[in-house]
Amino acid sequence: METEFTPVTALIGGALIGLASAALLLLYGKVAGVSGVLQALFKPFKSDNSWKLSFVVGLITAGVLASVFAPQWMQGELRLPSWLIVVAGLAVGLGTTLGNGCTSGHGVCGMSRFSGRSWVATIVFMVVAIIVANLIS
Amino acid sequence: MKQIGTFFIGLVFGLGLIISQMTNPDKVLNFLTFGKAWDPSLILVMAGAMVVMMLAWWRVSKQTKPMFGQHFDLTEFKNIDSRLIIGAALFGLGWGISGICPGPGVVQLASGNWDFILFFIAVLAGMYLPRLKSEK
Repeated sequence: METEFTPVTALIGGALIGLASAALLLLYGKVAGVSGVLQALFKPFKSDNSWKLSFVVGLITAGVLASVFAPQWMQGELRLPSWLIVVAGLAVGLGTTLGNGCTSGHGVCGMSRFSGRSWVATIVFMVVAIIVANLIS
Repeated sequence: MKQIGTFFIGLVFGLGLIISQMTNPDKVLNFLTFGKAWDPSLILVMAGAMVVMMLAWWRVSKQTKPMFGQHFDLTEFKNIDSRLIIGAALFGLGWGISGICPGPGVVQLASGNWDFILFFIAVLAGMYLPRLKSEK
């Protein structure tokens, strides 16, 4: 489905993502990588990991608040057959685990730190995603 | 206390994903797919986040520890190996098919849409796969 170019909300939203990542780093010394945070769900509950769970709860709460107070902002659906949703999800889960990060960890936090690993990872996943998306559409 | 702090940080992160509309797979797929419907919004989302984070890293370089903590918990990984490349390529595959990455995937759980719940379960299953191998 077509979407409109939304420069203002894109910049504001991006700045909020950056502010949250900056706060996590400067206040607690942690890097905001959502795939890494989700890995905590597999680990025994320790105080060292509990911040990751509360971060995830915060993410879901943002979705709940938007769903209740501004449902027009929670648009979006996966227009895919179920088997393809499963394939995509498995690839995302396995890929972020092997590659130690996703769009937040490598893309936002790593690239801004000028990490060579993160630049390579981001370029690889962007190129593959562009090829795949154009092939499918 | 730290858990309360990181809850609110997650909340702001999630609101950023919603306001930037990265929670809408169409928005991402229209960025990745070139043609009449090309939507460059994602570039500005990245730019907005990166500028703020560059300032944060500059600040980190001036101090030895975070405000509430003993040290900066940063990765020591430096090597660019096949594991990194294969992992990033697999992630790109899944992201290019679905238009959704882990952060927006978690936020969209709140919508109660079964497709997003199925996607999230598959992501967790994918994260568990390497563990099966290492436990052998």
